[in-house]
Amino acid sequence: MRVALFLTCVNDALYPDTGRAVVTVLERLGVEVDFPTGQTCCGQPQYNTGYRRETEPLVRRMAEVFADYDHVVTPSGSCAAMVRDNYPRIGARTRAEGRGTALERAAGALVPKVHELTEFLVDVLGVTDVGASFPHTVTYHPSCHGLRMLGLGDRPRRLLQAVRGLNLVELPGAEECCGFGGTFAVKNAAVSTAMGQDKVRNARSTGAEVLCGADNSCLMHLGGLLHRQDEPLRALHIAEILAATEDLPDGPPTRPTNGPTDGPTESLVVSA
Amino acid sequence: MSRTFIGMPAFPKAAAVSTQNRQMRANLTHATHTIRDKRARAVAELDDWAELRLAGKQIKDRTLARLDEYLVQAEAAVTAAGGTVHWAADAAEANRIVADLVKATGEREVVKVKSMATQEIGLNEALAAEGITAYETDLAELIVQLGDDLPSHILVPAIHRNRGEIREIFRDNMASWGRPAPEGLTDTPADLAEAARLHLREKFLRAKVAVSGANFLVAETGTLVVLESEGNGRMCLTLPETLISVVGIEKVVPTWQDLEVFLQLLPRSSTAERMNPYTSTWTGAADGDGPSDFHLVLLDNGRTDTLADQVGRQALRCIRCSACLNVCPVYERAGGHAYGSPYPGPIGAILTPQLRGLQSEVDASLPYASSLCGACYEVCPVAIDIPEVLVHLREKVAEQGGAGHRLERAAMKSASWLLDHPAAYSTALKASRLARGVQPRRLPLPGAAKAWTDSRDLPPLPEQSFRSWWKERTPDQSDRNKPNAPNARTEPTDRDQQDGAN
Ligand code: SF4
Repeated sequence: MRVALFLTCVNDALYPDTGRAVVTVLERLGVEVDFPTGQTCCGQPQYNTGYRRETEPLVRRMAEVFADYDHVVTPSGSCAAMVRDNYPRIGARTRAEGRGTALERAAGALVPKVHELTEFLVDVLGVTDVGASFPHTVTYHPSCHGLRMLGLGDRPRRLLQAVRGLNLVELPGAEECCGFGGTFAVKNAAVSTAMGQDKVRNARSTGAEVLCGADNSCLMHLGGLLHRQDEPLRALHIAEILAATEDLPDGPPTRPTNGPTDGPTESLVVSA
Repeated sequence: MSRTFIGMPAFPKAAAVSTQNRQMRANLTHATHTIRDKRARAVAELDDWAELRLAGKQIKDRTLARLDEYLVQAEAAVTAAGGTVHWAADAAEANRIVADLVKATGEREVVKVKSMATQEIGLNEALAAEGITAYETDLAELIVQLGDDLPSHILVPAIHRNRGEIREIFRDNMASWGRPAPEGLTDTPADLAEAARLHLREKFLRAKVAVSGANFLVAETGTLVVLESEGNGRMCLTLPETLISVVGIEKVVPTWQDLEVFLQLLPRSSTAERMNPYTSTWTGAADGDGPSDFHLVLLDNGRTDTLADQVGRQALRCIRCSACLNVCPVYERAGGHAYGSPYPGPIGAILTPQLRGLQSEVDASLPYASSLCGACYEVCPVAIDIPEVLVHLREKVAEQGGAGHRLERAAMKSASWLLDHPAAYSTALKASRLARGVQPRRLPLPGAAKAWTDSRDLPPLPEQSFRSWWKERTPDQSDRNKPNAPNARTEPTDRDQQDGAN
């Protein structure tokens, strides 16, 4: 079984610990993991902002990079949903526009291979106990893409419940969007923030130490709010919890907290 | 006279203000959560809901595909039953037809059944300009009218108001529209309903002309159908001498049998009721039974253009149940007015810009008024894939350029180029790490950094990207990591390895 890790651009650049954790978990379960370095980004930001044409080369790239693998595993529900829901649409549109069927075929071949991490663990490997230990109180935010587009159901919760020492508490309003939504977070920042603050308030009400999710994009938004509000609650990707064992030093493994934003900001925005 | 949505600011601006309105948000959260929970229970009672939903979708799609034929059939049936059919291409034409019909009766007042179509065309304002007063008789619509307010929900236009506010509105304004509010009016629902009942009864008994919309138009018999829950609709549809119904051309269903599906889908989705309290049907005009003069105004107003769009046309399946509003987290925070149209929420975000076009700033902003969370698609009883249409419309907005989109396209293009060249991408990651703390703020959108950091911190850049860690870990294996050699299209692989130098 040739298994490729599709890490996604956000994880590669900002959350490498999540990638390392995925490798740790999969290798512990006897899976040989490969990371094809030709991968970059699935094109979701472009697609969802209305730049479908700009997405096409990235669809082609994804299909080529992962063509030789049996399974492609990603710790990002939204990127998995991008491939599953939108790649076929993008392919169909290129055909409809008379630009051949190559992209549609390539995208079609990729779709069934792509699994979100918890799907891969539960459905393909058939495990819920991944041998982790994490003696902390955790609440789980089932991001919209995992919840509605992928239909992950209780897979993440089953995995968390099997972690030794972990106390899983239900998140009120769990099924509500956290307000990230890609470029929505900046194009409609006020509403995005209001949604995130409600999510954070609900998470805080559970008394959990860790707000867990399966999508670092949502966690970046929520973690950024938590840090700004000086909350002790920390946002952590489920892979990092599933990778934790008793051999690890005390305390939950956690990414560095979101840092203060020193230095100029506006002037550094890419403008062309 | 009530205000209009014309001149509203674009969604992000309006929402930034309304989101700060604590009272409105509390009212909305309470109301939408109550109804969404009730709806979920009502829907769960039917074990064939999925099949019903599919049937609703298919009936609408089949009808839309042959809309021209069904409309002609409906016109013939209405005419045969003694009604008169008028065709209105746009709002101005529809308003002119209705105003002329009212004037021909010699009346200066009309009573109205709650109708989205007449709000869409701004009928009340148009009639006022002709010296005709239109009285809304739906309770929530009455509250909006008396409060000189705008509707903020499809089904419950005054959803943003609480009982206390409604009492004030009744007490202060009922007198200038007719019968004043009773002395010592409290804010109990029964008291408020009684005040409205007394106020409205005078209107029903005096009215010679009524204006309505319709939920459905059955092509085979030319029958119009209105679903309502207060009984005011039935009063308007039966008491006056002249009835004018303004109906969007997409409201057609071919047969009475098709109605069966929608009479199950609509009440459960909208009010969480198994069956709605009042279902009124009327066909043409008959002596001694209801209005003696019946006019049907068939309204296009952008619907034909919407129908021409293969992806966007699914918005025309909408049966205005408002379930998508009640689950939408964006609507819940921003409120209905921020959408700048009588159609707020997820359906408004795809319907309004299709009916009105994408030229204005507010209409171009609506497709972005969503986090694409998909909750609206999940509850929609006719399975409108609202997120799909939103993205489709975003593409159109991006293509038309303007208001930052040229800049954005350039940013997206350069991001795509970078992401299609892994070696260059890798170098960029490395460079960003050299300038630590800078790169993540280079979000590929104009103004994005500030919009993010106003309320949220950004994560610090890690010491090392994952790919550079991977290469350190498996240096000798880098060659097997390039099936089909997509890297070869760009730069030699060893350039990638520089990233590991950090
Ligand atoms: S889009 Fe669907 S859920 Fe929303 S109002 Fe229309 S029919 Fe109801």
